[in-house]
Amino acid sequence: MCRKPISPLHWSGGVSTSGVDVAIELGCVLVKQDSMSAITENSAAEISDEDSVLTPLHHNHVKLLRVQAFLVSVPFVIGSLVLESAQMLPAGSFVIPVLLAAAFLIIRIPLRRHHARGFTMGGDRLRVVRGLLFRSDTVVPFGRVQHIDVNQGPLERYFGLATLTLHTAGNHNSSVHLPGLLNADALAMREAIRSHIKSEAS
Amino acid sequence: MSDARGLAPVPKRTNPLGFVASGVQALQRGVLPMLAVGWGMRDEGIGLIVALGVGLLLALFGGGMAYLKWRKLTYTLGETDIRVESGIVSRATRSVPFERIQDVSLEQALVPRLFGLVEVRFETGAGGKDELKLAYLSEKEGEALRDVVRARKDGVTETISEADTQTGTVVEAPPSVLFAMNTQRLLTFGLFEFSLAVVAVVAGAAQQFDFLLPFDIWDWGGWKDLLAEPGGRLEHLGFALQVIGALAALAALAMIGIISGIGKTVLRDWGFRLEQTAKGFRRRRGLLTRTDVVMPVHRVQAARVTTGILRRRFGWHGLSFVSLAQDSGAGNHVVAPFGTMAELEPIIRAARFDPPDVHLDWQRGSARYRLDGALLAGAILVPAAALVAATGRPWLAMAPILGAAFLTLRGVFLWRFERNALSPKQLFIGSGWLAPTLAIANRVKLQSVEISQSFIGRWRGYVTLQLGLAGGTMALHGISEARARELRKAILASITATDFSELAD
Repeated sequence: MCRKPISPLHWSGGVSTSGVDVAIELGCVLVKQDSMSAITENSAAEISDEDSVLTPLHHNHVKLLRVQAFLVSVPFVIGSLVLESAQMLPAGSFVIPVLLAAAFLIIRIPLRRHHARGFTMGGDRLRVVRGLLFRSDTVVPFGRVQHIDVNQGPLERYFGLATLTLHTAGNHNSSVHLPGLLNADALAMREAIRSHIKSEAS
Repeated sequence: MSDARGLAPVPKRTNPLGFVASGVQALQRGVLPMLAVGWGMRDEGIGLIVALGVGLLLALFGGGMAYLKWRKLTYTLGETDIRVESGIVSRATRSVPFERIQDVSLEQALVPRLFGLVEVRFETGAGGKDELKLAYLSEKEGEALRDVVRARKDGVTETISEADTQTGTVVEAPPSVLFAMNTQRLLTFGLFEFSLAVVAVVAGAAQQFDFLLPFDIWDWGGWKDLLAEPGGRLEHLGFALQVIGALAALAALAMIGIISGIGKTVLRDWGFRLEQTAKGFRRRRGLLTRTDVVMPVHRVQAARVTTGILRRRFGWHGLSFVSLAQDSGAGNHVVAPFGTMAELEPIIRAARFDPPDVHLDWQRGSARYRLDGALLAGAILVPAAALVAATGRPWLAMAPILGAAFLTLRGVFLWRFERNALSPKQLFIGSGWLAPTLAIANRVKLQSVEISQSFIGRWRGYVTLQLGLAGGTMALHGISEARARELRKAILASITATDFSELAD
């Protein structure tokens, strides 16, 4: 119930936006999951990319998305407060809709975005799935990776997360980003991909 | 100075003089604001002090940042890769495997040069964007690093380069001409390069620069006088001659279009010559600006057979290669602008592609995708027509209706003729309506495969397949999800069987 199985493209998150539903999901996200074990499981099994189960991102990723959404909505809330102080319309006609929208943006959207994302670390390829309205499902074979980045922004550092970026020679998807990994996991994945490049070439 | 040849992967800092050089560069940028402040406050006594203060502050800040950056920037020469870690608040780590490094270059700007420092750049197949840079090392250290990286890289690719030189000496045969155009072919080509755009520009120019004409063509009174003169100079010539006059005007415009088309073509493609040499394809063309491009065969990523609305009726086609652009900016190279299929086929084969054969299993895109496109066009254009009709010009409302009908017709055609096929080695994509293009890609040379889907597509069951192609783009829009998965599975199986470094066969 907690971790909805995310089928690659037919993702159907909870359509209901009732408060109860949110509360249940909020409880769910806090269930701790050892994402590293999931990674090793997948690579050991050598599943083809089609039927493989996606590994969800680390649960701190939701918090990160929430903080980002919060930072985006702050100027709008302040703006609505300013408009409210002008007393042009009945009290609350600016603040209430803006606050509701902000709450939706901060509580609900990050959760849905988080659930829409996932990855599969295969033996010879990385698959990255993302997007709510516009879904994308990208597979990068390790044999085509040119170089690998592991980046941490200030917020990501605070939450112990990192973004893994694979660069390819193609014009489309010249860099594929996978955010929301534990820093240690991202580094481990980089090493795995790097060692694969070496063994392939020699 | 630390030994760059040390085998133990220890993180190393760049040259400490580097942050001094960066600081000097920051100071350079700080001089201007300092002068501005000094000038702005020149009337007040404290102007000079404030200016100096600002300058000092900027220098301190720039220097401090440069120092922190230098402290935080380390590089590690590992067994299989070179790694650079940087960032004060954010952390960025980049790892480049030696197998992927194509060249190491040393660069010196003015200020670093005064300090004897170099910037080391590592070029990979990613083609210049997002490459690894290391600033700054001492000249000696930079050169040592370049040698180490080249040595480690060659340890892997030595066998390949040997094979290359071998074939290079064996194939000492004189270059064979694959395609050339004589004057007659060039002129025929020019006829088809007739461009309506030029005609429109000329017509527009006639309007703009009418003051240069000896008479005013927009002076209706003058024209009327000419017609209404005693006996009507033009009128009495009769209707037939008036029609002939109008046709002559059109013919004059058409002549301008044809002549400009031929002129443009002759300038660009004069003496077009494509040869196969030991180093690859060599193309020379141009009348005034003569270009000479050499394209190694293994760098050709995909081939495109193009045509035009009219020229396809006469069996004329063009051929271009998508190549990993290295020196010339564009990734798309025309190798035969105007020829018959029989002439193009040997060129396609010379680039190690197979032209489509009869056994290919061609598949259409999703009909729903085209239907949705037509519905969307209708949903916008039909209300627009209703709106126009409501304003009292019913005949004008025909325009949006005709537009919607045109788009629907186009959708039907595209569904009927756009197709894709997979052979054991290649992917074929036929696209376009009136001037169809056939793209041939080598499955092994694709870089990534992405299936993307909009919310409408998810609801209606069609997707876009995006393929990573070095030097160009390749995509299949509006195909069924099952077909996209089938293609992706097959293509990925081909890609994973060969590493990037082995592609230069």
